[in-house]
Parts: sequence; C-alpha cells; structure tokens
Amino acid sequence: MSIEVKHISKTFGNFTALHDVSLRVNDGELVALLGPSGSGKTTLLRIIAGLEVADPNPASEILFDDSSVTERPVGQRRVGFVFQHYALFRHMTVFENIAFGLRVRPRALRPSKAEIRDRVHQLLKLVQLENFGGRYPSQLSGGQRQRVALARALAVEPKVLLLDEPFGALDAKVRQGLRDWLRKLHDEIHLTSVLVTHDQEEALEVADRIVVMNQGRIEQDGTPEHVFHQPANPFVMEFLGQVNVFQGRVRRGQALLGEMAIEYPNYEADQEREAMVYMRPHELDIKRSRNGVASLAARVVRVNPAGSVAKVNLRAGDGQNIYVDLPLERLQELQLAHGDEVYVYPKNARVFVPDYVI
Amino acid sequence: MSLVARKRNVLPGFGPTLGFTLFYLGVIVLLPLSALFLKSAGLGWSQFWKIVTEPRVVASYKLTFGASLIAALINAVFGLMVAWTLVRYRFPGKKVIDALVDLPFALPTAVSGIALTAIYAPNGWIGQYLEPLGIKVAFTPLGITIALIFVGLPFVVRTLQPAIAELEKEHEEAAASLGATRFHAFTRVILPAILPALLTGFAMAFARALGEYGSVVFIAGNMPMKTEITSLLIVTKLEQYDYPGATAIATVMLMASFVLLLTINMLQYWAGHRHQGVA
Repeated sequence: MSIEVKHISKTFGNFTALHDVSLRVNDGELVALLGPSGSGKTTLLRIIAGLEVADPNPASEILFDDSSVTERPVGQRRVGFVFQHYALFRHMTVFENIAFGLRVRPRALRPSKAEIRDRVHQLLKLVQLENFGGRYPSQLSGGQRQRVALARALAVEPKVLLLDEPFGALDAKVRQGLRDWLRKLHDEIHLTSVLVTHDQEEALEVADRIVVMNQGRIEQDGTPEHVFHQPANPFVMEFLGQVNVFQGRVRRGQALLGEMAIEYPNYEADQEREAMVYMRPHELDIKRSRNGVASLAARVVRVNPAGSVAKVNLRAGDGQNIYVDLPLERLQELQLAHGDEVYVYPKNARVFVPDYVI
Repeated sequence: MSLVARKRNVLPGFGPTLGFTLFYLGVIVLLPLSALFLKSAGLGWSQFWKIVTEPRVVASYKLTFGASLIAALINAVFGLMVAWTLVRYRFPGKKVIDALVDLPFALPTAVSGIALTAIYAPNGWIGQYLEPLGIKVAFTPLGITIALIFVGLPFVVRTLQPAIAELEKEHEEAAASLGATRFHAFTRVILPAILPALLTGFAMAFARALGEYGSVVFIAGNMPMKTEITSLLIVTKLEQYDYPGATAIATVMLMASFVLLLTINMLQYWAGHRHQGVA
C-alpha cells in the first residue's frame, strides 16, 4: 500500500518539528527517514501512524493507497509500529505479546484460539524465535526483544510497517545482524515500510530510498547511491559520512583552495565568490612529491592502519585537519611516518557556493 | 586458622545495617507485641477461647473486618481514579488537590471523626437530606465505612502515583496501534503494570482501617452487637480494668491482621515478579 503525506506541519509550543512536509512512499518500498535528532523524522513517522496529529491545515492530508486516513485513529489505520525501546508488554509472555493484537479484536473479527496459535507460531518462526514463546521479555536479549516487537506488529497483518529507530538501542554487532535480516524480510514480504534512523550507514544499507531531513524539512530524497554521490547540499554531504570541508573561492570555472585549483565549470563569472569545497576521506590520495597545481601541502599527524582502510590524519599549512582514507597497499607503498611532509591530491571534490545572505 | 575465606562485598555495611534493623524492629515492634502475647497467655486456653468467641466480640470482628474490607476496596477504585487524574492531567489547582489528599494523614483522627459525625448526623449538613430518603449514615455500619474510606484514601493514592507516573506512554501507544480499544489497553496493559502498587495501597488502607479508632468511635454510635468495632471493645475492656480480656482480643486481631497482610504481600509479590520467572 502506498503512503502519501501532503503539507504536514507540526509545532510543539515554540518548536517547529515539521515545516510543510510532503512525501510519497510507493507500494512495497522501504524508505528511510534519515536525519539528526530534532530533524522531525520521528514526528513525521508518528503522524503517519496516527500517534500524533498534524497542525490543522486544510491542505494537509495523509493518504494510504490514495484514500484519506487523516481522520482515522491509529487503531484503524492498520499500521504496524515498532518502537525504539520495543514497548513489549512486560507482564505477558512472548506468545501473549504477539497474540495481543489478535485477541483484542472485536469478537466477530477475532480468529479462533487455534488460528491465533498457528499465526503466532508462524510469526515466531519468521523472527527465528520458535522456542521462546513461553518466555517473558525480561528474559530476552535486546535483539530478540526487537524481533518480538516486529512479530507483534506483523501479527495484525498491517498494510504498512513503521519502524522508529528500531535498532538504536542495540550494540553494533547485533544491529548489523538485524539490519541484514530486516532487509531480507522486506524482500520476502514486500510490505511498504518506513524506517526512521539517525545512522546513515543503516539507511544506506537497508533502504530503497533515503529521505534526508533537517530542522523539520526534507533536504533530499533519492536512492542511497544518489544521495551519497550527488548530495543536494552541504548538509546532506556532511551528514552522510565523514567529510573534509575547505573554505575557498570560485571564479572563472575554477575553485581555489590556497595554492590548489579545482575545476568548477558551474561558475564562469569573473567576480570572485566564497565557496565551500567538500571532499570525502576516500576521495583523497597522498603523494610524496608535488606534481601539478591540484595539490595541498600537509604534514602527517597520525596513521591508523587498523581497519579495512588506513586512516591518515594530516595537518595543512594553515592548521586545518585533513582526513584521508588510504587503501592498505597504498600505505605500504608510501611508508608514511609522523611528521612527514606530503601532498594531498583530490580525486573528486564537490563545491557549494553559498547563497548570498544579507 | 580458617580455610574458608569470608565472602567480601564491595558495598560495605551489610552487617551493621542488618544488626540495626533487627534491633530496631525488636525494640519498636516485637517487644510490645510479645508483651501482648505474654499477658494474654496468662489466661489459659479455655478462658482465652471463651473471651474471644463471645458473641459481642465476634460481632465486632465481623463489623471491623467487613467495613475495613469494603472501605479498602472502594479506596482502591476511587483512589486509582484520583491518582490517575493527578498524574496524567494538568489543570488549575492541581497542587492544592494533591496536598488535600494528605489531609486524612495529618488530621487528628478524633477531629475527622467529629467532623464526619457532624455532617452525617440526622440533623447534619448531608444527613438531613439523607434522613427523609431512609438512608442513615451516622451510627450505622455505613457511617463506619465512610470514616474508614476517609482515613484510607491517602495510602492508595500515594502508592499509586509513582507507579502511574512510571508507566511508559509507548506501551499504551503500542496497544492502540495493535487495534486495542481504550478499555482493552487499560485492563490488559495498564492495570497489570500498576497492580503491585494497587495491592500495596489496598493492603495499607486495609491495615489502617483495621486498627482505626479515633475517627470511627464518634460516627459509630457504639451499640453492642451492631456498631461496635473491635478496637473500641478493647478500650472498653481496659476501662473496666479487664487487662487479660483486652489483650486476648488484641491478640486475635493481631494474628488475623498479620495473616491477611502476609497474604496480600504474597499476592503482590506474585503480581510483581511472575514475569521475571526463571528461564
């Protein structure tokens, strides 16, 4: 089922959580709402679920499969909601938790006891907790609890699945495992899903589409590849992974960073303007000798080869820190040591010219 | 030389604190209680049995336990509503109402007894309107129950408030998102979570009602066999210098209260811990 929200705003007292946001999620898609805390992503998710009501506005609307659910309460929207802190019912066993949504149905719609039992066992199998039906949530690990929460949400056969930072409270290894598992699950059941996260890696790995949010607005909406490689603005660039930021100038098709010059055909005018140049650590290379103009002199501060790439920290002449990720073989060739004078070469760079602000 | 190393704990003070606890409980609680037992033990079994099963005494047990139970049950229901309102909603005058809840704690019980009697007496503020309807409050078991509700309310409210405040909003939201009605969310999610606190509040209100004296004696009228509570009977015996008789009845009260409170405590333990059973 597709989801569409139109012109949604939400204020809490003086704080504007959402600022006229519109978004469409296609049927069967897994979309990640990505942003820092306070960006409004959770508020948007809760408004889609019906746990929060948007500010009154005749233009604002929430549509499921193109029919309005704006006036429908959460219980009638058929959404599966997964909370960051699981929100499992502590006094119920895993089985009872999953069966809850079926057992509270009005008598006419309630499945029989045997049907409920079969459905719960099916779901326990789906979340790989077949032998845990009789346990209480307090006897499960965080990852297991979140899988129970997911099974509980799926038990009512929701039309859409909404996940609010589902792996936020788990440690890195469990998180990675659950992430892969969620992606696999989504490929199997193709349920329209919206995942809220502040972890860019998680969003890049799991989602079909990423919606980057900041201060109650959508900054960019696109495939993981698109938002990572073609960030629409400095915020998206900085939020999706580590980045080196340089203050520079643009004129006549070139961006100038100290003695370094980078092609920038978008700005051909003679008049010089301030610009920001962004380079990701893996888009930089280090050489022992200067060769051409596109390089920056720097001194090696720290080399950390513990990882799939070597992390090299350098300091430019003006005191700016530069982070470079080098392949380990390249590090072997260079034999860098603390204090070495080297030259940094950008393989790729993005230039953003800030709008005039008066 | 001992080969058994003493188990050391990083948090010191277990020895002294346990010692103090036992000493304190011994002096403050157990010493007077054992004096009570000793005194009544002087009676001999048949004499003891005769005193504690006298019809007038048995009638007082029934009244005391019955009225206390009803009062505690009513307090559990309405105290829950008061606590819920005070925790969940914001309204003008909330702090004042919150402070009012404690008044029955602070008020000398005789004062509340006299006030209640003045209100519910046949010519009192409320009593005069109830009288034509055939409802008599003062000098009946109903009046006793009202006095016991009055003194027991703060116990239920004060034990429930932190439990309700601790409820996580997410649990109710999860229930709602799974299609549960408000009624189902309350009975299946909220109530089980606050049940231990509710039981504690109920037990405390009940225990307080069993031993209540001051607020009851004025409104009860104290008619033998009808509106005479056990604690009054004990005082009456004392006034007649019948110490063994008084202690015998007191002993029965003590045993009964202890058994009841122990039962409620165990129920409460079960309610609070059943979901943490062994794997």
